[in-house]
Amino acid sequence: MSNADDIFDRVRGGLAAKTLESTVEHGVLAIVVEPAEVAEVAGTLKATFGFDMFLDVTAVDWPDREPRFDVVHHFYSTTDRVRVRVKTRVTAADPSVDTLVPLYGSARYMERECHEMYGIRFRGNDDLRPLLLYEGFVGHPLRKDYPKHQEQPLVPYRKDAS
Amino acid sequence: MNRPPASLPNPIRPAFDKGQTEGSVIVNIGPSHPATHGTIQIVAELSGERVVRTDVHCGYLHRGFEKECESHTWHNLIPYVDRLNYCSALINDFAYCEAVEKLMGIEITPRCRYLRTLLAEYSRIADHLTCVAAALMELGAMTAFLYLVTIRDYVYEHLADLTGARVTYSYGRIGGLAGEVPEGWLERLEEILDEMDTFVDRVHGLVDRNRIFIDRMRNVGVLSVDEAINWGFTGPVLRSTGAPRDLRKDTPYLAYEELDFEVPVGIKGDNYDRYYVRMREMDESRHMIRQLMDRLEPGPINVDDRRCTLPEKDRVYTEIESLINHFKLIMEGPQVPPGEVYSAHEAANGELGFYIVSVGGGVPWKVHVRSPSFVHMGGVHRMLDGYQLADIIPSFGSVNMIGGECDR
Amino acid sequence: MNQNAAAGPPRSAAFEYLTTKKDEFVGWARKFSLFPYPFVTACCAMEFMSVSSTLYDTDRFGAALPRFTPRQSDLLMVVGTVAHKQAPILKKVYEQMCEPKWVIAFGVCATSGGFYQNYAALPGIDKIIPVDLYIPGCPPRPEMVIDGIMKLQDRIARDRHPIVNQDF
Repeated sequence: MSNADDIFDRVRGGLAAKTLESTVEHGVLAIVVEPAEVAEVAGTLKATFGFDMFLDVTAVDWPDREPRFDVVHHFYSTTDRVRVRVKTRVTAADPSVDTLVPLYGSARYMERECHEMYGIRFRGNDDLRPLLLYEGFVGHPLRKDYPKHQEQPLVPYRKDAS
Repeated sequence: MNRPPASLPNPIRPAFDKGQTEGSVIVNIGPSHPATHGTIQIVAELSGERVVRTDVHCGYLHRGFEKECESHTWHNLIPYVDRLNYCSALINDFAYCEAVEKLMGIEITPRCRYLRTLLAEYSRIADHLTCVAAALMELGAMTAFLYLVTIRDYVYEHLADLTGARVTYSYGRIGGLAGEVPEGWLERLEEILDEMDTFVDRVHGLVDRNRIFIDRMRNVGVLSVDEAINWGFTGPVLRSTGAPRDLRKDTPYLAYEELDFEVPVGIKGDNYDRYYVRMREMDESRHMIRQLMDRLEPGPINVDDRRCTLPEKDRVYTEIESLINHFKLIMEGPQVPPGEVYSAHEAANGELGFYIVSVGGGVPWKVHVRSPSFVHMGGVHRMLDGYQLADIIPSFGSVNMIGGECDR
Repeated sequence: MNQNAAAGPPRSAAFEYLTTKKDEFVGWARKFSLFPYPFVTACCAMEFMSVSSTLYDTDRFGAALPRFTPRQSDLLMVVGTVAHKQAPILKKVYEQMCEPKWVIAFGVCATSGGFYQNYAALPGIDKIIPVDLYIPGCPPRPEMVIDGIMKLQDRIARDRHPIVNQDF
């Protein structure tokens, strides 16, 4: 759709100073930024380019690569009907990114989930309690070095259980 | 047998354990509660009957879907994907298959496109039937629940004729569908749609202008458009606030561009609007299914591509290439080129997105589900705070939180 | 409900006849008035709703009236996957129920964890509570659930039901 391409060109132009790489693939504009710039880029996307809905934040673990994690945010504009992906690379030693809670209320729960699954710290989000996991769970299960079958039962198993 | 029970660990840490206001009480609702749809815990601070603030805890149905995805082939994931939003399992199947097909660069056949759209709308009807039935039952309208669940049972039996299962079908395949529509299936579909018209009219008659229903649902759980978008609400909840946002119209996929349908929109964003938006969406879905039944042309279901479609059995048993192809597809999975994709469908609850990262090979590197119910749980406290304790039940029911989708 | 071999002094035939008849009567009353506690979590809930509704009524078997508090129910139906986070809640609900109580593991996830063999799902509820009946299926058809309930009812009918003390 040419309309989407126009919008993507405008966004790329507006954020050119902060973008490290950008591509358009499968209908989504994907830009890579530095970790420190994420909050500002998100603010620009919301205020200037009308991306009013925050869809998702997640992380991808590349254990053989340094920096290890990709933190991926997705935004959607309800007026222009296009999506943008903002990726940033953080190291395993300091996996921190600024929080988007001041911009979008929905970021609270999604950042909690990303934190408990991958260990990404969101600076400024004071509520990073476990959401899908439970108190006392040790480790970050979606990291590649967490074995899938490693259970941490809360209730000890019965003695005559099979 | 008579020793005192050892104390059990508390799996959560509530956000508050002291009340803000004078004389307030902290009450725990759930997670094993008839009205929290299975697995949500709401820690509510009450001042009399009024809810001051709530802390919503999900995760009691966390089954490790995303971790499972990293150790199964692309095809083996289809049953897991089914069980995300188990009320409308086919929509999840098709959303996932389309995301993988985008990565592989496959375009599905026209017959498959129409059938997928038809079945997605059929599943959406089943989901809305379940949501409205449960919401009405929680208010006490047991008759309406029984009407809607009866017609939903007909839908389940009908889908069992097609797919073999009643609730979780695993019918989508990468590049097509699992099998062809059997004889007489479309005639029975026509009959079920007509019966559904009757049953839904009865429910309208019982409930729409019922004084008690209106008193309990009108002006309860009100959301404004800006609030809804800020907190990430999509689907019927967003439409009930007045914003006509629907991915089927905004970013059309499958066969929605060719269909003629309306997007029902509410006026106030309260529970009554959410109920009515879902009832109207069922009407629109039935209208769409009737249009699709006219457009269905005979043709192949699966795209003729060796990379993902299993070859016919008679060829597998006679030709060595087909045998090897079949073997590799089953054992190693379809080889998906490296890349990443985010593909979203309009599920019954809102925007269901799949973010898939592939490094080549038959097993995904990462599959992430952007599930509408999970995001809604982050914002549902806006609908609960300030209302009464008894309003938590209908407000929560109108959001249609599905545990499988929320906790993944 | 274990079948204990009579460990006390030898009883007279009349006493045995009396307790057998009492057991039959109490068993008949208990099997046809089951009060389920539907501990519902996941997809099997859809089949549970179907089996409680008009087309596959469980009310015919006396097992339809759910009591949503464990204090008033005697049949714990664990419907759907139980995650590790949910396990303490399940154990607490089980412990709050009074004797006699029976447990049905409804669905393959409650029986053995289903195909969720990972860090998050409990591999079968019998790891934490004793189970009387397993209904496999993902989800099981309503006819299978009814078959399971009937088997449980047969078992309750044949069981010993001590009401005054462990001998009578």
